[in-house]
Amino acid sequence: MITISNLSKSFTLHNQGAAVIPVMAGANLAVAPGECLGLVGASGSGKSTLMRMIWGNYLAAAGSIMVGDVDVAKAAPREIIALRRGTLGYVSQFLRVVPRVPTVEVVAEPLLTLGVPADEARARAMALLAQLNIPERLWSLSPTTFSGGEQQRVNIARGFVHPYPALLLDEPTASLDLVNREVVLTLIEAAKARGAAIIGIFHDEPARARLCDRLVDVTQFTPKVA
Amino acid sequence: MTDQTAYNFAYLDEQTKRMIRRAILKGVAIPGYQVPFASREMPMPYGWGTGGVQVTAACLVPEDRLKVIDQGADDTTNAVSIRRFFQRTAGVAVTEATAEATVIQTRHRIPETPLTEGQILVYQVPIPEPLRFLEPRETETRKMHELEDYGLMHVKLYEDISRHGQIATAYDYPVKVEGRYVMDPSPIPKFDNPKLGGNAAIQLFGAGREQRIYALPPYTQAISLDFDDYPFTASKADHACDLCGAPDSYLDEVITDDQGSRMFVCSDTDFCASRRAAGHVGPMGAPSAGAAEE
Amino acid sequence: MSILAKMKMQPLLSVRDLSKFYGGRIGCADVGFDLYPGEVLGVVGESGSGKSTLLSCLAGHLAPDRGEVIFDTQEGPRDTVQMAEAARRRLARTDWAYVHQNPRDGLRMGVSAGGNVGERLMAVGARHYGQIRGAAVDWLGRVEIAADRVDDRPSAFSGGMQQRLQIARNLVTGPRLVFMDEPTGGLDVSVQARLLDLLRGLVREMGLSAIIVTHDLAVVRLLADRLMVMKGGYVVEQGLTDQVLDDPQHAYTQLLVSSVLQV
Repeated sequence: MITISNLSKSFTLHNQGAAVIPVMAGANLAVAPGECLGLVGASGSGKSTLMRMIWGNYLAAAGSIMVGDVDVAKAAPREIIALRRGTLGYVSQFLRVVPRVPTVEVVAEPLLTLGVPADEARARAMALLAQLNIPERLWSLSPTTFSGGEQQRVNIARGFVHPYPALLLDEPTASLDLVNREVVLTLIEAAKARGAAIIGIFHDEPARARLCDRLVDVTQFTPKVA
Repeated sequence: MTDQTAYNFAYLDEQTKRMIRRAILKGVAIPGYQVPFASREMPMPYGWGTGGVQVTAACLVPEDRLKVIDQGADDTTNAVSIRRFFQRTAGVAVTEATAEATVIQTRHRIPETPLTEGQILVYQVPIPEPLRFLEPRETETRKMHELEDYGLMHVKLYEDISRHGQIATAYDYPVKVEGRYVMDPSPIPKFDNPKLGGNAAIQLFGAGREQRIYALPPYTQAISLDFDDYPFTASKADHACDLCGAPDSYLDEVITDDQGSRMFVCSDTDFCASRRAAGHVGPMGAPSAGAAEE
Repeated sequence: MSILAKMKMQPLLSVRDLSKFYGGRIGCADVGFDLYPGEVLGVVGESGSGKSTLLSCLAGHLAPDRGEVIFDTQEGPRDTVQMAEAARRRLARTDWAYVHQNPRDGLRMGVSAGGNVGERLMAVGARHYGQIRGAAVDWLGRVEIAADRVDDRPSAFSGGMQQRLQIARNLVTGPRLVFMDEPTGGLDVSVQARLLDLLRGLVREMGLSAIIVTHDLAVVRLLADRLMVMKGGYVVEQGLTDQVLDDPQHAYTQLLVSSVLQV
């Protein structure tokens, strides 16, 4: 489902004397449907960078990123947007929302953009919010005022409201208490069971052990300073 | 022997008349289209009918019989002045009878008596541009006419209905000519609008200050703008003429004393006088002196 | 119909080598891109970058000196630069919409809100007062203006309401392409947020394509799928919005992004 071949990336900081910082070279990995791959490596080794490249947020310098039959590294913006709407989901570490939109709308939005009727979309959003223990009285409020843990759960709800065939999860259980952590892990296991290909970054070792079928250490892709 | 104080026929020099006639021909060829022309200085200020006078002057021939009316009346100051002006400068015969005139210059009314082929009706026009009060820019209004972009005209009618519950325009009511140009028929009451279309006479419109001439050739379609659910109605005061009893002519309301008594009289003086001469008497009228002969 | 279904192969707007010069100075130069149905393109840059000139050329307000602007009309792709003025104006009344930065430039201040919204309908032949008024009231509701203000003049509205009215006036005929020039410029921050919500919703519901010129990067992040960065009249970088903002390649883009104040 997700296949990365010979991927490399460097950053060129023009405003700092055109310093070139190579961060990745020759990265390869593959994830099959129903598989969960964990990215490991020291902090700053490129785990989030790799995830962002798969998402299309960062440009690749060379190589290919196949998600289904779309090569994200070479795709046109509208193809990536279409991919993000229906095929590829991303739960980042931070909740980025339009101000003042109620939580239930935030969570329902991925379904609305896919053309799901409004009431059905909201119903599914509400079911997920309930499952993640977000109290009903918060559903009509903007999540920008929530606690870190609540925001994270809203983020996760938005990422799971549509059954994406491919999922990118960046620290999904961070800031969660035990009860909610368990809910999230169950959600991820359910996604695996329905055949989603998942790439995740987990600092939470027991979660990693429970969910990941394989681990890939990204330090092997980090160019060594000559 | 030329007299230094003598006027050229109908006051204007021949070259000017040529220029105006060319504009008139263009107007007749494109019904409802405002043709710019070089308006001349006339011996009356702007706002007193200089456009109409120039069109009449360009049309007159010595054999013409001229009638001049102002708000339907032959005997108001303006009508009298203009009629005298043409008697002096053109020496043409004049008349008050609509049916006997060959050229009729009018301010703000169409005569009640139906016109016939061969007659010319010349209107005095203050503001020729129907869109002017909504769109002050001349550059924009010209574009709108050119591109038939008339949405704004209906906006005006919409505003009327939303504000007054009905289309409140009582005069100067815009018409669409031959399905193409929207035209301002001059401040005639909307009661007169139906007479614009299918008229046997040639109708010419002259605006002196604004320097535009436009025309409706005989039997031209001129449809008053309206909405499907608010159709155009040619309304008038719900009264008959108090002098001649006519039920379907446009009426002037005259206050007769300080207690607010009023009477309604035909605005078209010739029409009213003819009816009275034929023996018709209204509620407040006395039999006409000539009635006994009929 | 979902957005995915709307993304056909045929671009809605194809721009090639678009250039406009003011004597020796460059307004915009060599601009080229394709815009597909349902896509929102943001154009950012500082004052003098050429973005407003570009928008004016695209919308037919300015004649470019070079280049093509090919729009997928009802009769097939046509170069709007070569079109007769009448045809271009008809396009501007039906398939296109233009939202001005200052709502007073895009509204008739002397006409009621209902009249403003109804004008485009009347311009394309609507002749039933009741239906026109009904459509106007409906649209006022969609832009969150109370129905009882339908007969008020825009001069009685706040800046945010005027801008929303301008949007209603433009969208009532269901255009396919909307040009927006700094749509939130001059509005308070909270009013901006409300307007952006509204625009996002309408773009999604109506499957609109839009080209938004702005100097505010937050607006493009929220509204635009794609981003073009302009400097000195040239496009220096373009791509997916979040990619251009998070992983800028060009020196100028990097400078622009790093200059944004974090609140």
